[in-house]
Amino acid sequence: MARFLVRRLAGAVLLLVITSMVTFAIFFIVPRLAGQTVDQLAAQYVGKDPSQAEIEATKEKLGLDKPIIVQYGQFIKGIVAGREFSFGPDTEYCPPPCFGYSFKTQRPVWPDLVDRVPVTFSLAIGAAVIWLITGVSIGVLSALKKGTIFDRFAMVIALAGVSLPIFFTGLLSLALFRPTGVNYVPFTSDPLGWASNLLLPWITLAFLYAALYARLTRAGMLETMTEDYIRTARAKGLRERKVVTRHALRATLTPILTIFGLDIGLLLGGAVLTESTFSLPGIGRYAIDAINNQDLPQVLGVTMLAAFFVVVASLVVDLLYAVADPRVRL
Amino acid sequence: MGEPFLSVQDLRVQFQTDDGLVRSVDGLSFELRKQQTLGIVGESGSGKSVTSLAIMGLHKQARLSGQILLDGQDLISMAPDDIRRLRGKKMAMIFQDPLSSMHPFYTVGNQIIEAYQIHHAVSTKVARKHAIDMLGRVGIPRPEKRVDDYPHQFSGGMRQRAMIAMALSCDPELLIADEPTTALDVTVQAQILDLIRDLQRDFHTAVILITHDLGVVSEIADEILVMYAGRAVERASSDVLFTRPEHPYTWGLLGSLPRLDTEPTDRLLQIKGTPPSLINVPSGCPFHPRCPYAELNGERSYTSVPALKASESGHLVACHLPVETRHQLWETDIKPKLEGP
Ligand SMILES: Nc1ncnc2c1ncn2[C@@H]1O[C@H](COP(=O)(O)OP(=O)(O)OP(=O)(O)O)[C@@H](O)[C@H]1O
Ligand code: SF4
Ligand SMILES: [Mg+2]
Repeated sequence: MARFLVRRLAGAVLLLVITSMVTFAIFFIVPRLAGQTVDQLAAQYVGKDPSQAEIEATKEKLGLDKPIIVQYGQFIKGIVAGREFSFGPDTEYCPPPCFGYSFKTQRPVWPDLVDRVPVTFSLAIGAAVIWLITGVSIGVLSALKKGTIFDRFAMVIALAGVSLPIFFTGLLSLALFRPTGVNYVPFTSDPLGWASNLLLPWITLAFLYAALYARLTRAGMLETMTEDYIRTARAKGLRERKVVTRHALRATLTPILTIFGLDIGLLLGGAVLTESTFSLPGIGRYAIDAINNQDLPQVLGVTMLAAFFVVVASLVVDLLYAVADPRVRL
Repeated sequence: MGEPFLSVQDLRVQFQTDDGLVRSVDGLSFELRKQQTLGIVGESGSGKSVTSLAIMGLHKQARLSGQILLDGQDLISMAPDDIRRLRGKKMAMIFQDPLSSMHPFYTVGNQIIEAYQIHHAVSTKVARKHAIDMLGRVGIPRPEKRVDDYPHQFSGGMRQRAMIAMALSCDPELLIADEPTTALDVTVQAQILDLIRDLQRDFHTAVILITHDLGVVSEIADEILVMYAGRAVERASSDVLFTRPEHPYTWGLLGSLPRLDTEPTDRLLQIKGTPPSLINVPSGCPFHPRCPYAELNGERSYTSVPALKASESGHLVACHLPVETRHQLWETDIKPKLEGP
């Protein structure tokens, strides 16, 4: 078990390093491959209508004229030990972990991102609880009552859930139930306001995932019920209820939990559509704004954060899977 | 001997499918006495598993008719929850593939403990002791350690032993073993059969041993039932069936037994063709498309279904050939070929 843990942890770290390299390369090399000069690149960091002097200064400060390896080294060093950025007279210190400095907002990227984490976390975790409970129970019931009115009705709704885009269901629910829109309130300052404002985004986001999970669970459950070990459980004289709960559910839910972990990991990096639709100041919203403003340091920072969540989630999922399925160990 | 412990009369099991009605078992009758062993033999698709699942009450979508009397109680008309109470306790079953038949996420011990606790209100500690005891009795070394292993940590033979331990944990009066050795190495097969025979003696269990290989049942079964297309074509004591079989299909099965002293090409008695469709069962004797003697009976083999009739006491055969012809064919034609040059 210990060796397994060490191996998976090392793998996760390696994966993060590779992700950072790839992300870095995309943002720093690809534009040049596409024919951008270093000057044009530097100009993007300065803002609208930059002067040649500003460009030169930025190039110098960011080391854009240095080899890519050196630039990557500086970037990593910034994450570990912090980094200084200077514009003419004043020097800005970007404390560790420094994921870059936005010259457009004149702020380091990391603190802004951290500010937005609670919003996205609140949205993702709340929705996840709702969709896991509803999606899985509907899926299980549908499988057990396959072909009945309940099953058919549930699957039609589920089909709608997976096909309707978030901005449609989101805007519709806003128009129907909360025409004034929602405002994020931190849980710590007003738990009730937190919940009441997030309710619609939760339900909208959960509807999509619950639909997916209901379909997945139903399919998994139907397959599990044909397994030989289910027949064995019945042959022992086990009550059907226990055949379902102790034998079938255990086997059906294990792979679903894997998907669940990865979905949460993905959402923590920003529920882009939901946050945009409901104007929630989360990580996804930050990413959209960064892209719209062509603010490369921000985009780089948010990409790395999202990658981090995915890597951590898959690590957690691997460990949980090893606990849940005895065949996985080592 | 007294009354039979299990009596199956005119059992029919049918499945409605998109292609039509599948007649998996079509008027099957047999009896089994306490502590006896019945071998059911037949090619793939002849309805052996469907029959055993019908006895266990494990069919969900099937249409069942006829009678299955277990200790005088009719299982076909019994309420589902009542038959559930008999499963595991009065009758138990083991299956072909012991790996897929055990839950991969629970230890072998847990699965036996569960089986025991369904029918006995005892603490887990007591049930665990019983599970270890059972694992020891089926010949698993260091059972107090292996009880906490998962199925995938057992070898194939050990897994089937564990399945047997689980099936016998509640001391059933009937054990159905559906091809218990098919998925195992040849070397292990004989051990498992020996184990079943030994345990049957200790537990005083009646056994139905299902196989498509006559060789497997030859030593262990008291009586043998040969099935074809969901029906019994021949039924006799083991001795009689091997010394004077009368049905052409049984001759074919005997002819396809692997033998050490002859080359496969020398086997003159292989059954030609493939098993029949169970949706459009051939008219008359269902075996006629593959039977070398069908013409000997004029039209009868093609038009009328042969009934299962006694040719001597305790020897039932479903074939239109006159008894004397069957005896003569066996003595002059079949037996010499089986014994080889
Ligand atoms: N649930 C079902 N629905 C439809 N047809 C079925 C069903 N179960 C079994 N059958 C059919 O019934 C026939 C007999 O099946 P059965 O499993 O009893 O054969 P078998 O004698 O056990 O063969 P094998 O040696 O391959 O195990 C087969 O043709 C099979 O396709
Ligand atoms: S009844 Fe006819 S076809 Fe059927 S086994 Fe006898 S001889 Fe062959
Ligand atoms: Mg079978």
